[in-house]
Amino acid sequence: MGTVTVFGLCAAAVVGLGLYGVIANPQPLRKIIAFNLLGSGVFLLFGVIGRRGAVAGIGSDPVPQALVITGVVVAFSATALAIALLLRLFDTAGPATLDSDAPTRPRPDRFGG
Amino acid sequence: MSIATAFEIMLAAVLLGLGIWTIVVRETFSATVGFVAYGLLVALIWVRLDAADVALTEAAIGGGLSGVLLLGAAARLRDAEPMAEAAPGKLLRATAAALSVLTTATLAGTVLLLPDPAPSLAPASVANAWATGLSNPVTNVLMAFRAMDTMLEKVVLVLAIVGVWSLAPDSAWGGRPGPRHRADPYGVLAFLARLLSPVGIVVGIYVFWTGANHPGGAFQGGAILASMWLLATMAGLADAPPVSSRPLRLILVAGSGLFLIVGLAGLLFGAAFLSYAPALAKPLILGIEVAMVLTIATTLGLLLSGAPERSAEPWAP
Repeated sequence: MGTVTVFGLCAAAVVGLGLYGVIANPQPLRKIIAFNLLGSGVFLLFGVIGRRGAVAGIGSDPVPQALVITGVVVAFSATALAIALLLRLFDTAGPATLDSDAPTRPRPDRFGG
Repeated sequence: MSIATAFEIMLAAVLLGLGIWTIVVRETFSATVGFVAYGLLVALIWVRLDAADVALTEAAIGGGLSGVLLLGAAARLRDAEPMAEAAPGKLLRATAAALSVLTTATLAGTVLLLPDPAPSLAPASVANAWATGLSNPVTNVLMAFRAMDTMLEKVVLVLAIVGVWSLAPDSAWGGRPGPRHRADPYGVLAFLARLLSPVGIVVGIYVFWTGANHPGGAFQGGAILASMWLLATMAGLADAPPVSSRPLRLILVAGSGLFLIVGLAGLLFGAAFLSYAPALAKPLILGIEVAMVLTIATTLGLLLSGAPERSAEPWAP
């Protein structure tokens, strides 16, 4: 069992964990974290495949590496946007929930807007 | 089994343990802490996969900046915790588990049955490295061979920041993002910020500059610079700028703007969009990278600060 197999299987398990978390966790912040976990597993799979493409001198295929670097930054900006949306929901509607039947507690908007 | 393999299996096991903890633990705050630890361990795995550039990015952004972002959100949402909704039903959880196991099994089977010999673009990237004069193959791919991806990613950063800023309430429109951080000016945090920021800025610029030939580059250097800015902001030594500031907005579009101009110049005078003349390739790439590192550092810092919450007037103590 080599590096590729160990981390490949680990990445597959992380993807499954993240998918479970996205579906089964009710809180929005937990869903965001689980989604990041899922994404990290996909990146790792990409890295494992890049590692297999190693040739003399280069330890890992540079193309998947470059795509993962771009992907990490894009995932971060999407997470930041999701969290900004969540905090705004919390500020305007009280408890942050995705349940449309939940009683919204109309709070005085602390920004007066 | 060699020692290296045993170490790798242990690393993978701890990583999976942290992943499971992140998903099943009751408190959101604990899940966030688990995710930060997970992000740092993933960086170690990237080192084992011989992808030092990705490891640096993952440690700085995946572990560091994402951690700060999630911890901040978890702290602000903590009051909502007692209101947490009822756990989903057994049927939903069983279906989700079945779906996840199926996905994992498919991916694991794919990993075990990957074709041999593996396809690789590494020889092609080495063979064409002369055209840019840079010797880090990852930087070559990012800045030259797949420059379109990198340019569009800069556009994504601009769109994300526009999205975050659009969430500002009317009274804070164009104002300063996030709460004003107050810290004891003689406290530990302020001391750390004074001590660490200059060193961190030098390290960030070095990581950026060395990216031409060694692991590093604009993304990693930009993330380090952003965290130093953030440290100074959190220690109360600097305030976030108002988002209506014109110089700030120019910096935010500098990366994608310069990339686009160089790309169009390639279309007009050269062979294709984003083609560099070999004689000019290195200065052009470095110029774009300088604009990019500024844009990345500023955007990451502002994304972490969140939507504007205060009016643009300077803060008076």
